[in-house]
Amino acid sequence: MRKSWWKILCIILLIYTVVGGFLFSVPVREILHETIRNLYFHVCMWFGMMILFTASIVYAIKYLRSQQLKDDIYSVNFAKVGTLFGILGYTTGIVWASYTWTEYASSTQIFSEPKLLGAAIALLVYFAYFVLRGSITDIDKKARVSAVYSIFAYIMLFPAIWILPRLLESLHPGNEGNPALNFRNLDGRMRMVFYPAIIGWTLLGVWITSLKIRLDLLKNKNILNG
Amino acid sequence: MAKRIASLFFSLLAFLPATLLAQVADNQKKYTAFEMRSNGKIYVVVAVVLIILIGLLLYLIRLDGKITRLEKH
Repeated sequence: MRKSWWKILCIILLIYTVVGGFLFSVPVREILHETIRNLYFHVCMWFGMMILFTASIVYAIKYLRSQQLKDDIYSVNFAKVGTLFGILGYTTGIVWASYTWTEYASSTQIFSEPKLLGAAIALLVYFAYFVLRGSITDIDKKARVSAVYSIFAYIMLFPAIWILPRLLESLHPGNEGNPALNFRNLDGRMRMVFYPAIIGWTLLGVWITSLKIRLDLLKNKNILNG
Repeated sequence: MAKRIASLFFSLLAFLPATLLAQVADNQKKYTAFEMRSNGKIYVVVAVVLIILIGLLLYLIRLDGKITRLEKH
């Protein structure tokens, strides 16, 4: 393994997250009860997605400045794993909501839930990014067009998942300020697990991305060296 | 003499656990998840999730090693 200290950190943090996440005590909350432990898993997926997409746009801008194919490979792989995290976050959210919201809210309220719609739009914008990439055969053109598009896709994340859900009435907790980062709402015991969990899951995403990047670099060795 | 002191010491020690254990039990009741841990077999779930997580991580490590070998080749 290459540069392995952060990979070891990732393994330790994830094992700590699972053990601490299941066994440590949590504050008593109505509606949520023990499902509040999902904070260490569901919310971390969205944090990971946001960080990976940020890395993706940084490399997209880097590509537009340098025109190096390497930067395009970095950018697209961060976007791919970020989308995977987004899908996992969405799926876990569906499970969580179906055991907590359905008891107190009507199905109309749930289907018109701005956070769900916003997250769906944000993910679909990134799906379109991969469709766009797949439709262009010329390598340089593909890299350039998708780098420009990914900037728009990233900017689209902000109204879709950060701004609009906060302006509208929502069932999703954490509408005032930052969800889960609000110090008044989040118990100290939960922060003990939550922050390491964010780092652990994000590092896992970065690890998977790094493997995909290295594989792509190997595949395109002839073009990159030529 | 030493034997008698030792036996006295151990007989004193025998009284300690009763009070100590009562304190520990009271402390543990303060935690909300205590009941779940004592009778809900949550440890089984933790073990299962840990096995899956460690299995996936080992797979990732192996994949990492394979790519490293491919890079050196």
